[in-house]
Amino acid sequence: MSRAAQESSSQGDREAILARIGEALREEAPRHYETPEKPASKGVTAPFREWLPPVGKTRKDQVALFARQSETLRTEFRECTSVLAAAKHLTALAKELEWKTVALHTGELTTAVAGKLPKDLGTLMVDGGYEKAALEACDASLTECEAIIAQTGSVCVTARSSGGRALSVLPPHHVVIARKAQLVPDLSAAFELLAQKYPGDYPGFISFITGPSRTGDIERILVLGAHGPKKLTVLLVP
Amino acid sequence: MSTAAQFQIDADRTTADEPRRAAVRKALGNYQIARGRTESAFASWPHARDAAAAIKYEGVNHLDRYLREFEEKFTARGGRVFWASNGAQARDYILRLARERGVKSIVKSKAMTSEEIHLNDALEKDGYQVVESDLGEFIQQLKHEAPYHFVFPCMHLKREEISALFQQELGSAKTDSPEELTMIARRALRRHYLDAGMGITGGNFIVAETGMISITENEGNARLATALPRIHVALVGIEKIVPRLADLALLLPMLATAGTGQQLTCYNSMYGGPRQPGDIDGPEEFHVVLLDNHRTRLLADAEQRDALHCIRCGACLNVCPIFKNIGGHAYGTTYQGPIGSVITPHFRGLQDWKHLSGASSLCGACTEACPVKIDIHHHLLQNRRNAVAEKKVWWERWLWAGFRQLMKRPWAYQIAVRLAPIGQVFHHLVLGTSLDPVRPWTKTRDFPEAAPQSFHDWWRDRKVVRK
Amino acid sequence: MRVTLFIPCFIDSFYPKVARSIVQILERLGHEVDYPAGQTCCGQPPFNSGYWDEAREVAVRQMAIFRDAEVVVSASGSCGAMFKKFYLELFHGHPQEAEARALAAKTSEFSEFLVEKLGVRDVGARFEGKVTFHDGCHGLRELGTREAPRELLRAVKGLELVEMGEAESCCGFGGMFAVKYPQISTAMAEVKCNSIIETGVEYVVSNDSSCLMQIQGYLSRHSPRVVKSLHLAEVLAAQ
Repeated sequence: MSRAAQESSSQGDREAILARIGEALREEAPRHYETPEKPASKGVTAPFREWLPPVGKTRKDQVALFARQSETLRTEFRECTSVLAAAKHLTALAKELEWKTVALHTGELTTAVAGKLPKDLGTLMVDGGYEKAALEACDASLTECEAIIAQTGSVCVTARSSGGRALSVLPPHHVVIARKAQLVPDLSAAFELLAQKYPGDYPGFISFITGPSRTGDIERILVLGAHGPKKLTVLLVP
Repeated sequence: MSTAAQFQIDADRTTADEPRRAAVRKALGNYQIARGRTESAFASWPHARDAAAAIKYEGVNHLDRYLREFEEKFTARGGRVFWASNGAQARDYILRLARERGVKSIVKSKAMTSEEIHLNDALEKDGYQVVESDLGEFIQQLKHEAPYHFVFPCMHLKREEISALFQQELGSAKTDSPEELTMIARRALRRHYLDAGMGITGGNFIVAETGMISITENEGNARLATALPRIHVALVGIEKIVPRLADLALLLPMLATAGTGQQLTCYNSMYGGPRQPGDIDGPEEFHVVLLDNHRTRLLADAEQRDALHCIRCGACLNVCPIFKNIGGHAYGTTYQGPIGSVITPHFRGLQDWKHLSGASSLCGACTEACPVKIDIHHHLLQNRRNAVAEKKVWWERWLWAGFRQLMKRPWAYQIAVRLAPIGQVFHHLVLGTSLDPVRPWTKTRDFPEAAPQSFHDWWRDRKVVRK
Repeated sequence: MRVTLFIPCFIDSFYPKVARSIVQILERLGHEVDYPAGQTCCGQPPFNSGYWDEAREVAVRQMAIFRDAEVVVSASGSCGAMFKKFYLELFHGHPQEAEARALAAKTSEFSEFLVEKLGVRDVGARFEGKVTFHDGCHGLRELGTREAPRELLRAVKGLELVEMGEAESCCGFGGMFAVKYPQISTAMAEVKCNSIIETGVEYVVSNDSSCLMQIQGYLSRHSPRVVKSLHLAEVLAAQ
């Protein structure tokens, strides 16, 4: 980036602050930690795996772990035999919860599922842009994701993979459709995946979603659906 | 009135509020259980702490390098960075921005930095409607009260109080259900996300490697505040730096574990610029205001520099017996609890704020609880030493001078010990009166009886007998 | 072994029975006990108040007194922490730094000495009663003493050890803190003592007499005759 462009996008007391920092750092600070020794066998893709909670050895273990975490988080997690089966489940949900409109983005999985939803269920495609009020009025959203994370029961979405920023958070019920191959063991693996997929050009928005929205602000009592979605459904297809 | 005197008055009042203390104790007891459970799931929490401490040490001790890297990566994607030396500069920048862009209403997610620089007051004075979207902050805003705890802003309130507040301010129906109260707030805030021209957030981490701001939350309000308004402003302390994106794979679970006893907070989002070409939505502009505001002063104190490693999890507050008994408001300043007591003298003046470092038994529970191993309680001791080095308190100077003279003369010390039982007879005469030299003690506690014979004399007699 | 005792000033004058008990136990275990009569104070009060120059002067003298000791045993966790940890800070960069290091290396708190250095858990004590243990913060967090006192108590015949909910919570003493911020100190004592009383024990035991002064002081005023406080050494000396 040119100097001029840089200067115009940065303002304020930049030089003074950096000078104060440089001056302050001339004296070394004591360390109150021991540098942890890493077992030689671990690769750089999982720098912290040996200290975080275990992730399960096999893919089967990891799916089971994701399922257990989902239960704790009150995420509805369902392994579906096919995209068709996923669409069937979504149809049943829509009927049971009386959805009128579902918002979604174009994607391999989302488009395939959308094609199998009942014709009387309205859809709002966000790809070309959307009216905020219209999105707000939707009963649910359907998105793809970058990865699902076994250790924490999380879903990783980005602006590029999941229909932008608002789609997965504004409507009160967020449905994620993911392939089994998108399951990764932990956050380290997820960051590694993003680094491989978007080398030098990350999406402007990345989010790790861990369950439906929640708060404990009132007497530390758990309430779901504070501002984000009250319900989260994760459909796993082969 | 001095801040120290005000503190004593506030502590008198809040320590006498037994129901409030009990509610806080209960809430934090539940936190302890949740945290214990989540922490024990770690393969090695002690190693994780060391690794987290190492990451923050690296970031803070190369702060200039990493801030430059952040700026380069962030501005390359259209982000704007403003470097604010102090609160006034930060406020002016944000006010000017709002004015120039014709903003009318502003939605905020939790940002302690905005409390620190009194941003809301300045915005409201200039005519902007500012709405706090985090449920606890929303409640405190309606109450015209500062947050009680920087992670749990209204932990001191009971549901009846919140219902009464909502009835009065929002015209809602009375309810004793936390779920219904939350839904009332959700409905009230919905329209603000859609209408606001600007979303202001804080930031939990500044990621140097990829030029991102990482925000952690449970409710989703920050995601909404940064998805819909056309301008996003993040006001972040410069010390929030982490070197690499992958470092968050450790820090995010540790923040959640230590802060709330969760394995991971509900939404951990990384924002690396405004809406990018090809994006469906997102703010047109994203400004990061990097706030110094005396952080460089703390940085220069090498002994206490690790206080800047703080990830604002609140664990030290949660385990602190002082916090539990006096409550968050008694501190009288933005950052409460042990870490607040450490940093406030650096941010707001040592002589005015040294009393927070004095109001501690130095039990060390804070240091034990800290996920990034800040040497918190020793810093309180260092603040005390630094305050004395700057200016001695007259009666303490005499007290410790006398003490030193006595303790350097064993014969004088032994006489004093022998006189103790006799002195105690006189003490009984003035016990509890204004003449009682230890009245602060005897007001609420009995004073022990001096033994008829000291150990020293017993030993001496025993030696004589044995000879 | 020749064990040199470090008896804090307030134990000397207010709780000499604690020190006598330590002598009794160590001699019962067959060790020679020494007590340098010239010892006064470790300097913790001015140190905690930030008056480090004054503390240093007192500490220099105290260190000299223990120079020839092989092994130093402290009757208190908080004063023991002065010897083991804080003298290193106090004398960092001073001529006495090496001496402070040497003293730290040879000092133990009493229960740690018995269990870790002597390998003894059963000192032949007998004490009938239901007991709960209060962890003094300095011993717990500065010295890492947690299991040793409990192992010793569990070996006492007739003693039933019960854990209280707030075992590791600070009692609120904190030295000058107890009189500078009495309302906070008392509130902390209240929480502690309520937790003790809830266990239904007859005795609260600690390895720190300053904590016991606070706890007993509160109990005597607010719940007299419900629970009695004792130092660990007094229980271990009982037969």
